[in-house]
Parts: sequence; C-alpha cells; structure tokens
Amino acid sequence: MEPTTLNFKAQARDALADEPLRSALSHLSGNVGRGRDAAIAALPEFDALRDRAVEIKNHTLANLDFYLEKFEEKVNESGGHVHWCRDPEEAREKVLELCQSVDAKSVTKGKSMISEEMELNPFLEENGITPVETDLGEYIIQLAGETPSHIIAPAIHKTKDQVSDLFHKHHQALGKMERLSEGEDLVAEARDILRDKYLAADVGITGANFLISETGSTVIVTNEGNGDLTQMLPKMHIVLASLEKVVPNLDDVATLLRVLARSASGQEMSVYTTFSTGPRRADDPDGPDAFHVILLDNGRSEMLGTEIQDILRCIRCGACFAHCPVYSSIGGHAYGWVYSGPMGAALTPALIGVEQGHHLPSASPICGRCEEVCPMRIPLPKLFRHWRERAFEQKVYGARVRFAQNIWGWAARHPRIYRLAGRIAANMLSRPSGRFRWLPFAGGWTKSRDFPAATGTTFADQWRAKRGSRS
Amino acid sequence: MTAGNSRAATSRAEVLGKIRKSLQRDAPLSETPSESGVNPVPARAQLPDAERLELFVRYAEASQASVTRIKGGENVPKAVADFLAGQNLAPKIRVAPELDQIPWEQAPLLEAEFGKADPEDAVGVTGAYCALAETGTIMMISGEDRPSTLTMLPETHVVVLRADQVVGGLQDGWSRLREDFGEGQMPRTAIFVTGPSRTGDIELTMFLGAHGPRRLHIILVEDD
Repeated sequence: MEPTTLNFKAQARDALADEPLRSALSHLSGNVGRGRDAAIAALPEFDALRDRAVEIKNHTLANLDFYLEKFEEKVNESGGHVHWCRDPEEAREKVLELCQSVDAKSVTKGKSMISEEMELNPFLEENGITPVETDLGEYIIQLAGETPSHIIAPAIHKTKDQVSDLFHKHHQALGKMERLSEGEDLVAEARDILRDKYLAADVGITGANFLISETGSTVIVTNEGNGDLTQMLPKMHIVLASLEKVVPNLDDVATLLRVLARSASGQEMSVYTTFSTGPRRADDPDGPDAFHVILLDNGRSEMLGTEIQDILRCIRCGACFAHCPVYSSIGGHAYGWVYSGPMGAALTPALIGVEQGHHLPSASPICGRCEEVCPMRIPLPKLFRHWRERAFEQKVYGARVRFAQNIWGWAARHPRIYRLAGRIAANMLSRPSGRFRWLPFAGGWTKSRDFPAATGTTFADQWRAKRGSRS
Repeated sequence: MTAGNSRAATSRAEVLGKIRKSLQRDAPLSETPSESGVNPVPARAQLPDAERLELFVRYAEASQASVTRIKGGENVPKAVADFLAGQNLAPKIRVAPELDQIPWEQAPLLEAEFGKADPEDAVGVTGAYCALAETGTIMMISGEDRPSTLTMLPETHVVVLRADQVVGGLQDGWSRLREDFGEGQMPRTAIFVTGPSRTGDIELTMFLGAHGPRRLHIILVEDD
C-alpha cells in the first residue's frame, strides 16, 4: 500500500469530522476494547508473566539468527519448507509461485498484517487468483475495498449499519436478497457464504502470532476459527510471518499466550489457539498436503541492536490502540499506512523511513497510557521521542518548525534566560477571564479551542519557593 | 542448482547476514544460547484434583461452553442424545474414530457415523487430548483417529472428556505432548479450544458462531 503518511494532518482532520467513524470508534472504550482489567485482576501473576515475556523476546532478538535457523531445521524435519524473503516483492512472488504450483484459482486467507505489508491481495488478483478474506472484519473491508484500520479489529471503523449496506449490496448476487440489520444475522450470513469459499479454496494462507523454534510450529490465535478452516481444508497451507515472530520453545509460548489474550480482549484465552507443524502426517484423515512458511525481513534485521529494537517485542494485542487518545479519536486509516495506533507510530518510520513516517510519532501527547498497558513493556513514548529526534536531525520538519525548535533548544540550555522568558510569558499570558480566544502564533490551537491563561508564577519559581516540597 | 534455488539461497544468506551484522556477530552460534529465566506458572494452574475439576468447569462455562457431568463412560450415548434433544437438534452425529469403543447403540435414536467431518455434518463428537483447568480449555490434536475437521466444521461440537484428562495448565499439556511424541515433536495440528466460535468484528460486540462451532458442549465423565 502506497503510504499516505505525509497527509496525516489532513487525514486526521477528515477523520474527526467523520460522524459514522466517530460512532464506530466509540465502542473502543467498551468491554471488548478495554476488557483487560478484569482478566488481569483475576491473575495475580500477570506482572511476573509480563516481565518474563519481555525477557523471552529480548533473549530471542539477541539471538535471532540462531532461533530462526533452528526453526527452519525443525520445519524441514516435519516435511515443511521455509522461504526467506528480503522484501515484500520477493515474498509475494514466492507466494504466487507456490499457488501456481498447485494450479490455484482461489485462495482463502486468515488475518495477516504481513499480507498487508506485502500488498498480497491485489497482486494475486492481477495474476488471476482470487483471494478471499475469511476473518469477518477482513471480509467486511475486502467487500468495501478498504484496508484494515486496526491490527486485530480490522473493520472497527465500520458501523453495523454500514456493514448491513455492504452485505446487502454484495450478497444479492449470491441469492441473499434481504437487508439484515441485526449483528447476529449478519454474522450468520457471512458464515454461510464463506463456508463454500473454504471448501472451494486450493490454498489457505494464514499469518502467525508465533513461530516456535523448538518444534518448527507456527501459531495463530483467533476467536472465529476462520484461520483453522483456512488451513485444514485446502491442499496447501502457506504461513506469512515476519522474522521477529520466532520464540525459543513451547514453555515460552505459554507465557506469551497468557499475556496476549488478556491484553487483547480480556479473554482468559482466545477461543482458538492453533499450532501447525508441517503438512498432514501419513495417517491423518485431514489437513493440508503441503506446508510453507514465508519469512519476511522487510527492514527488521536492521532494527536489531538499535534503539528501536524494542518495538520488535510487540505481540500485536492491540491494547495500546484502545487506550490511545489519538487512535480513539481518528481511527487507523488517518495514519496512512499498514500499522496504526501507538505501535504503528513507533514501527512505521522504521519500515518506510522517517521522511515518510515522521508525522505519526509526532502526533502523540506522550501521555504514556500505551506503555502502561503494553504487556511487553515497550517504551512507546521513548520510541516516539527517538523518531522525533531523528526527524529533527534529518531536517524533515519545515524551516519554521526547525527555527522554533532551535530557539527553544537554545533557551533550554541557558537556564537563566529560560527562567526569565518563562516569567515574562507567565505575565503576558495571565488574564482575568482565564482564557484566550485568540493568540498570535497559536492560531492552530485557538481555532478549535480556547487557550488557558497562565495563573500565578512559573513552575520553576514555585518549585524554588517551596524548596521542592509539594504542599 | 536452478536460478530460483540460487536466488533463495542468496536471500537466506543475506537476511541471516544482516541479522548477524546488526547483532555484531561474525559466525553462527555453535550451541543454544544460555538463558536462565523461568516461565512463571500461575497458582491456579497447579491446583489439587478436586479443585482443578471445579475450576475447569467454572472457566469452561465462563467461556460459554456448556458442561454436563456424568458418571461412567457407558452413559455417554444417553448424555449426547439428551443434549441434542434439549437443543432441538437432530440425533445424527459424526464421531471421531477414537470414540468407537463407546456403546453408541445404547441410545437407539442416535445415528452415529465415524470419520472426518463432511460439510453437511451438523454435530461432531470427539474426545480430547486433555483439558486445561486454568482457562477451561480443551486441547485437541490431530491423528489417525482424530480428524481436525470435526473440531471446526460442524455447527455443534460435543467433547467427551474424562475427568482424569483435566490437567492444571498449558505446561502440563506440553509435558503430555513431550511424553507421547518426543522432545521437540508435535502432531500436525494442536488446537486449544476455549468456548464456542465468536467474533467481535461488528461494533466490538461479541456474537457466537462466526466460522467454527456455534455450540461447544463438554460431557465430563467421572468414575462411577
């Protein structure tokens, strides 16, 4: 997908004015969106598990070559194949080649963000293969011709009404004439239609939440069971995964699973956690005849050992999305590329470059809620600051912004001048009414809200007067 | 070596080379890197027998599975027939071959066929590999007499579970696998099932029966 990240500001403005979008996003603050609290309260060991989860990922990343090679060895041993791909182009060529090797006409797909990175669907279509998304959210946006706006709830930007319209429009050709309005009926209709697609598919493509080095298994976590039907009915199962999904062994996966579902939806465990190892065995009555894993790098190998390595710990639970004031206001599409929300703001500049992606980490109040809820303790605000510094160094900000930042930076390094300027500003910005409707150089702020007036002396002066005591 | 193969080899070498460069490592490690961390096991995954069974039932029901507790394996056919009747479902079942020792003929109305699931099968009846008290989860594995499709295709999944199959938590499931299959070995498919299929993809409201079974019913068989 061609990034539109540079249009972030305009896209965010449009999103704020989009009534159906705001209505759809309002559900994020409900039980499924923020359900983690109760599930975490019921597990006293949650914080210990979190610490261990961080340790597992850090250890794996520090030895990534070893665990990937061992994973490959185990996949081979179980009769599967691993394909290392440097970039999205190479990965989708490989998928096409595999599909063509079994004369595939139609392909069912489980949810995969790596597939979005690869822009796999349009590529398969161009080559005469029909991809069918089977995760309900992905299916909805495929009908709408859109991309996911959330890593685990891809159609979160759609209202039920919009889904009704979409189904009505697209399902009539399949003999479903009635426009349904109840969520339950919509789910049942999609179930019915996708049944046939599963059965007709030649290849099933899924993503992976984890790859296990000890056994050569790939793991998917779903609530719908679509990923299971996708992989067990066709003759070939292709798994799309990026390098950092690998973990050493089954016991480590247990720890990661224990923090994943609780953080994602507040469930004790997602409905289906599925481990796939190689193709079907000689005696198995069902399952795929062939098993292939696409291992995509796409810039990850270069993130290792740098300040942004921490984002590679991400297990894509989505907790940071539900707790982000920015994401909750504008949704995912405004971000302009595959990944949105706090994790997307930290990851995107690494994958598409800071020149393209710099608005995303800038659009954060650094309130820290994302870091607080992250099961993998990823220091997201620190990563945002990292990108802001890189953006400043690489001069991607406009001259005006850089001028202002330079002045501020200079003042901040001269405490006397900084304090003096602070006092002058506090004086000038005090006002009996308590607010400003308009301020020079702050039109962007005062256009949509009042600027609060300063009251009393500066923080530094109060701090001094009270000698650092709070009362 | 064909052109495709040599390109694949190049990509592999390049990706691994970049990783090693970033990790400032000249050559592959010769042995497994040491790591001293221990994966914590929640206390509730380590309960004594009786409590473990209660916890399993509690969490299974919380996940919206239904549970019937019966005494003695010979009563399974009746329990299945009763459940289907209670749900107004036709007494026609597709049974995993692993359960062919159960005296199905004792429930005369039950029409039992064995084997993997057909798309038309409405009810699948299977055993389980084991079950996890920790989260009310059923562990299913694929094998000669355990078709995976029975877990996923039919609208109703009935699981026949012996009480002694209920273990504490995930790590006990791994221990069993390691014992049965050997260190580092897995069956083709292992599915951990916690409740019936659902989706939150329409306005983050949960609806049951997305693609997998709409109903998950567990018949928990205790000794006489």
